[in-house]
Amino acid sequence: MDTISGIEIYPIISLLIFFIFFVALYTWTYTYKKEKITELSHIPFENENEIDTI
Amino acid sequence: MEVQQFYYDNKIVKNFLYATIFWGAVGMLVGLLVACLYLFPNLTDGISWLSYGRLRPLHTNAVIFAFVGNAIFAGIYYSLQRLLKARMFNDTLSKINFWAWQFIIVAAAVTLPLGYTSSKEYAELEWPIDIAIAVVWVVFGINMIGTILRRRERHLYVAIWFYLATFITVAVLHIFNSLALPVNALKSYSVYAGVQDALVQWWYGHNAVAFFLTTPFLGLMYYFVPKAANRPVYSYRLSIIHFWSLIFIYIWAGPHHLLYSALPEWAQNLGVVFSIMLIAPSWGGMINGLLTLRGVWDKVRTEPVLKFFVVAITGYGMATFEGPMLSLKNVNAIAHFTDWIVAHVHVGALAWNGFMTFGMIYWLIPRMTKTSLYSTKLANFHFWIGTLGIILYTLPMYVAGFAQASMWKQFNPDGTLVYGNFLETVTSIMPMYWMRAIGGTLYLIGLMVLVYNIIKTVKQGKTVEDELAEAPALQKITNKRIKDEKFHPWLERRPIQLTILATVAVLIGGIIQIVPTIMVKSNIPTIAAVKPYTPLELEGRDLYIREGCVGCHSQMIRPFRSEVERYGEYSKSGEYVYDHPFLWGSKRTGPDLMRVGGKYSDNWHFNHMWDPRSTSAGSIMPAYKWLFDNEKMDYSEIQTKMEVMAKLGVPYTKEDIANAQKAIEKQALSIEKNLYTDPDFRKSYEESRKAAAAKGDPFIPMYQREIIPMIAYLQRMGTDIKVKEAQPK
Repeated sequence: MDTISGIEIYPIISLLIFFIFFVALYTWTYTYKKEKITELSHIPFENENEIDTI
Repeated sequence: MEVQQFYYDNKIVKNFLYATIFWGAVGMLVGLLVACLYLFPNLTDGISWLSYGRLRPLHTNAVIFAFVGNAIFAGIYYSLQRLLKARMFNDTLSKINFWAWQFIIVAAAVTLPLGYTSSKEYAELEWPIDIAIAVVWVVFGINMIGTILRRRERHLYVAIWFYLATFITVAVLHIFNSLALPVNALKSYSVYAGVQDALVQWWYGHNAVAFFLTTPFLGLMYYFVPKAANRPVYSYRLSIIHFWSLIFIYIWAGPHHLLYSALPEWAQNLGVVFSIMLIAPSWGGMINGLLTLRGVWDKVRTEPVLKFFVVAITGYGMATFEGPMLSLKNVNAIAHFTDWIVAHVHVGALAWNGFMTFGMIYWLIPRMTKTSLYSTKLANFHFWIGTLGIILYTLPMYVAGFAQASMWKQFNPDGTLVYGNFLETVTSIMPMYWMRAIGGTLYLIGLMVLVYNIIKTVKQGKTVEDELAEAPALQKITNKRIKDEKFHPWLERRPIQLTILATVAVLIGGIIQIVPTIMVKSNIPTIAAVKPYTPLELEGRDLYIREGCVGCHSQMIRPFRSEVERYGEYSKSGEYVYDHPFLWGSKRTGPDLMRVGGKYSDNWHFNHMWDPRSTSAGSIMPAYKWLFDNEKMDYSEIQTKMEVMAKLGVPYTKEDIANAQKAIEKQALSIEKNLYTDPDFRKSYEESRKAAAAKGDPFIPMYQREIIPMIAYLQRMGTDIKVKEAQPK
């Protein structure tokens, strides 16, 4: 490449990729089942042998 | 469902924890020494390997890679096994990870003070050690991914995505930034030059912050804060969103280290915009961490572990708000090159990294030795003295930064600078340097209290044993069960695909910013008058790198009236095309040197390097007396150096290289001739010659000593472009 003219298309494409990815991400994060979420956040507590509390 | 019995490897965690504490003490002691060198510049006079320029990278490398690095491994090795309900994949790999990492640290501790450095920040280690780092990192990755593949818990908890992203990104950053051609076993030149080197360096540097100092600690936060509070993370949904946003956006922020520099405008602006956007995912992490403590705030009052975590996460929030603010060009114009940046770094390092590590240590050691912490009172004391230390470190540095920047920019009504002498701005902030040293001392005392407390705890506890655990093996999943499964749980069951997607997210920012800067010629306009360094100047430049001058002196004049008035014409990108590596610097403890060439006589530089206070009263620069030692400067590698530079695109002709030694002698003799114009020099030089003859010692003529190439380099800087003054001054 000798000049930068016409380069605008690349940031536009990347903005679109970025935007679409995050819209998709938000959509199914918020349609995640509540029980599943609770189950996942309790994974650190599933080792019964340990002394968890301080 | 067959329940399997296995053992968690606790010994490896113990080893990493002890290493963390040990290297923390070493790294912080070096930091304290470095802080004292501001106050007592003659403290280590004559000892080259204890001078500021050599020690600063030792401090940064020790606290980042030795202290924080070992803490990362300790925390990951502990939490990964338990989150996956599996022992580490391979005990031998664990041992190699541990011992090789300590070996690398020792190699750094030896080579850096001896001046073997690439000068690139947080990437100073020379190429053989870089290769060792890459090998250890791969070992770590195999061990971690192997454990993931052997797991008995199907879902990858959020902490593990952070660990994976850390592994991938650090590997990519390290490899690309460390690309260099060797000159010998302990010296190499960056394949990048000038502006491109600056961009790659700060793509690396900022993402070292992101993916070595932040993402692993966010992973550790997601494990240890819920465990210590006995409450699940506040919002798992938020953790998914902020993970992906963080790893995608962080990469682009690198150019915020290069605002108002010769980096092309479009790259600077991208850095600004993405740095501002970064507030959202960073604060997502902070919110998640703090709100996990909902309902257990009463425990924070009594438990030191939670106190440390709260200040750590709060410090993280502060630093990740301040960082984006510092990325605004108008704020950056004030803060860049000042102690404000030092303050910002230490909020993150002392509060987020330090306190998170201390909390983790105080939680882990009693558990692993099956006893209670020897003294909760001492741990609380550590918390308070450490917090006070952080405040006494950072607040004076804010004041110093802001004050010095204001002084640099002040004009008299007649258009001259109020503080025309740079040294005046240093002298007036000396009280701040005193307070900073006190703050750092308090923080270090806190660590000493931890050392005592932990030793007593371990002594009263049982030996650390591997922990027995039970869990059913993973069932093969049937198609019926996954019929309605959503994307992310699907992804969490596939660590390889998760890793690939994370890699893609991380590579985008780097590719978009770096590839055009390297490939599009118009980004770095060529300046015909700019020529490569002469052989003597090239050797001088390597001495400048060896002594770590770049730690106190910048070589980047920003396009501000105040800088042009003080330093000369602002820096153009084309002036740096032969600078392998670039030496723009990050801090002005001393003045910018971009156009120091021709400003002072050879004698001035001679006297100033011998004893800075002889030419500049009140200077805090170290004395470089060893450059004057009665020893020959080693020019034996100059031809190799020039050949490597030629390979990298610097237009040295075969003739230039063949004539290097002759050219060196000619230029060196002419500098010596200039020195003779000073009668004081003549007198003391002849006296030392007579003294050596009387003792029967060999006498090396001045033109063959190290100070000469140093002067040659200094006198060359910035002289290639000559700007015609529009009006007489």
